[in-house]
Amino acid sequence: MSQGEIFAILGPNGAGKTTTVEILEGYRKRDSGEVRVLGEDPGNLGDKTYSWRERIGIVLQSTSDSGDLSVRETVHHFAKYYSKAKEPDSVISLTGLQDKSDAKIHTLSGGQRRRLDVALGIIGSPELLFLDEPTTGFDPEARRAFWELVRTLRAEGTTILLTTHYLDEAEALADRVAVIVDGRIVEIAPPETLGGRHQAQARITWVEGGKAHERLTMTPTTDVATISARVGGEVPELQVIRPSLEDIYLQMIGGKE
Amino acid sequence: MKVFRIGLLRGGLEIKQFMRQRESVVFTIFFPVILLFIFGSVFKNTIAPGVTFSQYFVAGMIASGLVNSGFQQLAIMIPMERDFGTLKRLRGTPMSPASYFIGKAILVTVSTLVQIALLMGFGVAMFGLHMPASPEKWLRFAWLIIVGSVCTTALGIAFSSVPKSGRGASAIVSPIVIILQFFSGVFFVFTQLPRWMQDFAAIFPLKWLTQGMRSVFLPDSFVQQEVAKSWEISRTALVLVVWSVIGIGFSIKRFKWDNE
Repeated sequence: MSQGEIFAILGPNGAGKTTTVEILEGYRKRDSGEVRVLGEDPGNLGDKTYSWRERIGIVLQSTSDSGDLSVRETVHHFAKYYSKAKEPDSVISLTGLQDKSDAKIHTLSGGQRRRLDVALGIIGSPELLFLDEPTTGFDPEARRAFWELVRTLRAEGTTILLTTHYLDEAEALADRVAVIVDGRIVEIAPPETLGGRHQAQARITWVEGGKAHERLTMTPTTDVATISARVGGEVPELQVIRPSLEDIYLQMIGGKE
Repeated sequence: MKVFRIGLLRGGLEIKQFMRQRESVVFTIFFPVILLFIFGSVFKNTIAPGVTFSQYFVAGMIASGLVNSGFQQLAIMIPMERDFGTLKRLRGTPMSPASYFIGKAILVTVSTLVQIALLMGFGVAMFGLHMPASPEKWLRFAWLIIVGSVCTTALGIAFSSVPKSGRGASAIVSPIVIILQFFSGVFFVFTQLPRWMQDFAAIFPLKWLTQGMRSVFLPDSFVQQEVAKSWEISRTALVLVVWSVIGIGFSIKRFKWDNE
């Protein structure tokens, strides 16, 4: 991963996404291989443990604190752990929780709670932020708002490792995507070119002479022009379909999900 | 020193959370007082010249207070925090584990002192409990609280890795405490228990804490009613220290930050 990048890990359930991320976060020991996160080995930090943790932020998959503290109390408290913490109230606004800052955590909705998790993940101004399935259970609007937040963080220079099983999320946010199947990375590429997607054939469907037609082609623009000339202008029910990230992904994981 | 400063902050936060949880306030603080009220009102008989069962019982309940606030509270609370993911999240921050344990120790200290003050207040006001009669007894009372708290806190943290889940924790921990209370001379006069019960109880700290508290709150003449005809002060200190060492060692080696 390079600095300032949003890197997504995709994979079916049980493929090893969370295991991989937990090794990178220093929660789990690896069986073999080499790992470097911000120049350190998270499995063997020794006396660098705390200085290393100052530089990372972790948003876990599911945290549900007992919730008797308010949002403000919690964020202000976590800020004390870090030597270069952001201003807690500005983090509360950044995560859209300003109206909820005096609310007890147990009164928050799922989406608000998740935003609090993110607030606690970024409070220490991390260079590297881990987001493990951050929008699971969000409604579409909350998801869009969350994506905006992630883009804001990237604009501030935060490097982000995102795991998700929403392909639209990876496509909307990630600069590069790694696909994990059965514990192995099968490909790393930008979402636009993953699995040779940019070179894959497009499918054109249209209606001509009262019959539905379909064609796979490498040159959809030329083809559409030809068809249009033939039918004389507007082509009825014309569709040009590029394979979606989802199509490519499902092909890559080969029916594992 | 950052570890200590954060530890103090965590202590403040722990107390704030504690006060906001009605269950914990009721269970840890008021339940022993209610028990005292019930037992003290029912058993009014005199068990030795100048000593009523109520007085005997208050001394035992004060000793139990150390076990409730330290062992029972932590051994139930920490597995719940582990379930919630609170511990895992803390582990991912630059907060040192030492700060977390300092925070817990502060919580235990405060809840112990509040509980003991309440029990003593009610004991004196309603059941004829005598305050410790001499400076030596006050001093002994103080070290029993300190060493006893260290011991039960260490054992609570150590035991927190035993329950598989937060929900199961109280089902495992509470019976242990209640059985020890029966065996250690809290609910019954210790000398009236069968010998095997006395011997079994003598393995664990609560028996020694209750005996120590009796030495503080009951008249010196009562020592003749004890099994050993002695308060066994140095043996009590030894048992508490040994259990503290076991608890701390186990906590360092085995503490679990998440459920896997």
